[in-house]
Amino acid sequence: MSASTASPAATTPARAPKVETPWRRFVSEFCESKLALAGLIVFAIIVFIAIFAPWLSPQNPYDLAQLDIMDGRLEPGARDGADTMTYWLGTDDQGRDMLSGIMYGLRISLLVGAGSAIIACAVGASLGLLAAYAGGRTDTVIMRLVDLQLSFPTILAALMILAFLGKGIFNVVIALVIVEWAYYARTVRGTALVERRREYIEAAQCLALPTRRVIFRHLLPNCLPPLIVVATMQIARAIALEATLSFLGLGVPITEPSLGLLISNGYEYMLSGKYWISFYPGIALLITIVSINLVGDQMRDVLNPRLKK
Amino acid sequence: MSTTSTVRSAASVAAGEAAAPIIELRNVSKRFSKKLDFAGKIAQKLGAPVKDETVHAVDGVDLVVRKGEVVGLVGESGCGKSTLGRMVAGIMPASGGEIFWHGRPLNSLSGAEARHAKLQTQMIFQDPYASLNPRMRVADIVGEAPLVHGLTRRAEWDAYVDNQMRRAGLDPAFKRRYPHQFSGGQRQRIGIARALAVQPEFIVCDEAVAALDVSIQAQILNLFMELRQELNLTYLFISHDLGVVEHLSDRVVIMYLGRVVEEAPAEEIFARANHPYTQALLAEVPRIEARKKSFAGIKGEIPSPLAPPPGCHFHPRCPHAFDRCRVERPALKEIAPGHKSACHLNDKVA
Repeated sequence: MSASTASPAATTPARAPKVETPWRRFVSEFCESKLALAGLIVFAIIVFIAIFAPWLSPQNPYDLAQLDIMDGRLEPGARDGADTMTYWLGTDDQGRDMLSGIMYGLRISLLVGAGSAIIACAVGASLGLLAAYAGGRTDTVIMRLVDLQLSFPTILAALMILAFLGKGIFNVVIALVIVEWAYYARTVRGTALVERRREYIEAAQCLALPTRRVIFRHLLPNCLPPLIVVATMQIARAIALEATLSFLGLGVPITEPSLGLLISNGYEYMLSGKYWISFYPGIALLITIVSINLVGDQMRDVLNPRLKK
Repeated sequence: MSTTSTVRSAASVAAGEAAAPIIELRNVSKRFSKKLDFAGKIAQKLGAPVKDETVHAVDGVDLVVRKGEVVGLVGESGCGKSTLGRMVAGIMPASGGEIFWHGRPLNSLSGAEARHAKLQTQMIFQDPYASLNPRMRVADIVGEAPLVHGLTRRAEWDAYVDNQMRRAGLDPAFKRRYPHQFSGGQRQRIGIARALAVQPEFIVCDEAVAALDVSIQAQILNLFMELRQELNLTYLFISHDLGVVEHLSDRVVIMYLGRVVEEAPAEEIFARANHPYTQALLAEVPRIEARKKSFAGIKGEIPSPLAPPPGCHFHPRCPHAFDRCRVERPALKEIAPGHKSACHLNDKVA
């Protein structure tokens, strides 16, 4: 943006090479923590693997024609029956390559986690903004709904919703949205209550801008920093929650296993020495959640003005 | 400052007394009340001394602003002058009384007319840091409303924004920047450009220069007066600084604790202040000729608007207070042509 403003104006400081934009400051402060940077890189790799799983994985675990039941429960590093490929992380009881299963499982886990987080964020943030902006009765109704939602143990509420809706990726997303929107609503309302009393909101009202525009174009962008932090943390939470639900047998269908379902499939073999069926998906889940949380923690530190030196 | 005073006298002749009122306030009040919550109600039932708290921020104010006039509104902080300005600008609804826009009650206007009336009255805010959206570029801050309200089209938008910025004394080259990249004075110019971009006829300046350096104050005040001539603007100039108001205003209104205590043409109020509160305020304006003088200040604090004193609000601090002041609210009466004052002393003399 410095290039477009560097014009013949007399008062322009002599070609300032780097204008300190909020974005640049954010990036440089984020990179101060090497751990968070590592977390971001790991998370990027995970996302990359998840997106390109069909091209990266040695096997398509959903394609029954590629599976050989005779290869079931092979140890990590074993060759397959036809001696054409190596099962680096072993196989499960269906003869599926665990490495491929994890790659495809990451896809489902990330899709459900990110999808539910984004929808919950949109719903929760809108309701939170509305509560803060409208105040009065609207505020009371929305916030009591939030209290009600937060008073249920998350896993119990999700189980009840799934028992009602039935299995399926889409239903899991709906259940996660229902149990998580309240966190966003509460966070956004808190920030918005402070921001809406600032004079730029009064100025927007004075300019007779439509209320919807004032809320989404003026109020929302100024409430984003805490929202981004909560969203990052909630993606990790949603992934963990989906894994838990799948582990309990209420999540995604068995034909398209997520990480949680893979862990669940191998659980019964844990004590019979075939640790790898549960262990490696568990490690993948752990790395994913830790990397997201590292990123989220650092974002919270950078975006929270009270923690600034 | 000599330029501004010549501008003032020329404009006050032009405005005259016959000009139609742009805005008229009749007995306008604003109350802020804090209702008892559930626990409070129970405590009240049990005999605890709690009750609903009501603040009369503005208490039965009459005010007329005519086309082309500059009206100065002066008072201590907390006297309700900003609240009054916000009601005039249509940001806050009044809780009592009526506001007339070009002779028509503001709350009877239909949607499109109400929006037009609102756009025609714009406000310049006190804090140039809080009044600009930190996440928008200057071009969007200035140009958003004209585009939304159809005052310009997408194709002409850039030129329109450039014009508005130039008029407020800003270089259009800066329009891609964010507010935090500007100084206080420049930010206030952005606020002015934003207000002017919707082509208003009436501007409410709420302490518009209070947050600026004295040298920048003069620049901004001169800008206001140039714009007044160029665009035929009307101002309600809210300030706690009598010195600033003296240089700009045709008419001055003095407020104390939510009520108007005195109203007169600017020369008149500085020459023959009637109300003891105005006299006290004027005595404390720093002047070069009074350099050696020790300033006494008005005795006592401004009373809490939660529990205003009965009768004349000023009586606990007034050196001339007598019995009647403690019980009866003085009415705003004309004591000379165009000069109104709310003080029982005027009846005593007569």
